[in-house]
Amino acid sequence: MPAASAKPVLDSIDRQLINTLQHGIPVCEQPYLQLAQQLGIDENEILRRLQKLLDDKILSRVGPIYNAEKMGGGLTLAAMRLPEEDFDRVAEQVNSFDEIAHNYTRDNVFNMWFVIATEKAEQLDEVIIKLEKTTGYPVYNMPKIEEYYIGLHLAV
Amino acid sequence: LDSTSQSEQVQPVDSHSPLNALDRQIVELTQSGMPLTARPYDDLATQLGISSAEVMQRMQLLLDSGVIRRIAVVPNHYRLGYLANGMTVWDVPDEKISFYGQKVGELPFVSHCYHRPRHLPDWSYNLFAMIHGPDRESLRGYIDTIAAILGEDNRSNDVLFSTKILKKTGLRIKSSVQSQ
Repeated sequence: MPAASAKPVLDSIDRQLINTLQHGIPVCEQPYLQLAQQLGIDENEILRRLQKLLDDKILSRVGPIYNAEKMGGGLTLAAMRLPEEDFDRVAEQVNSFDEIAHNYTRDNVFNMWFVIATEKAEQLDEVIIKLEKTTGYPVYNMPKIEEYYIGLHLAV
Repeated sequence: LDSTSQSEQVQPVDSHSPLNALDRQIVELTQSGMPLTARPYDDLATQLGISSAEVMQRMQLLLDSGVIRRIAVVPNHYRLGYLANGMTVWDVPDEKISFYGQKVGELPFVSHCYHRPRHLPDWSYNLFAMIHGPDRESLRGYIDTIAAILGEDNRSNDVLFSTKILKKTGLRIKSSVQSQ
């Protein structure tokens, strides 16, 4: 990825905006006017810079970060331990389930890790049973018991 | 959640879902981002056919109930030079995990931190922390930082690097019109 590996040039105002606004943008009629007054940067200047940061893909989006679990659906992380000769076949079978949102190979004896997302929480167990039947291997369900923090403080 | 329904504008809200029909419209409209304008809630209000005050009130309620974690800029960590990541896993005493989870979760290079179940004897780790840095070398330093916090209570640990993305569809609320 040559485009992604070149670190973008950001000036101190860009950095201030990213460092401040990743923690939150106020909910009010004119949020960028409120931020302008707090930060001492013109409202239009904030909007222009954020648009450029979006266009340059330095920001992936500006908006709400949703917690999928609080929307009433089921969500879990699961892992499988697969012998190399069966890995590709099982990957194809697992990926064929609509409920599989992400699936990664990881360098461990537990070599396949995926996120299962269902419309209703009680459907998770059915999906896991179906996955085990289809693939012939156990699925290790690792739902979160407690969450400590979600988000990265990127100091730029 | 990637599926299409031709007939319905909004999925019916079932009793398990804390979201009403308006909330779901707001989620569909904003999950890929909000309008970057001086009055973003006015723009959303126009699209929803309600007042901006009502949009702000609903979104504030979603924030208060934790459905929205925060409204913020979302940096693209790859473009900012955070090219490496690893899933660190730790075996710590269950009775101390909340304390350690908070401490580890507060570290600036940790994006997700969870208590998850062990599967003994195959899997003994109960604390998961995703770490991000410019390269694998920096991640080694971060792992040392976490290990120092856990001290003697770190009974064993490992780090798993992703070597291949097999599938990535993302989590999306259902809608009649695909937003991506």
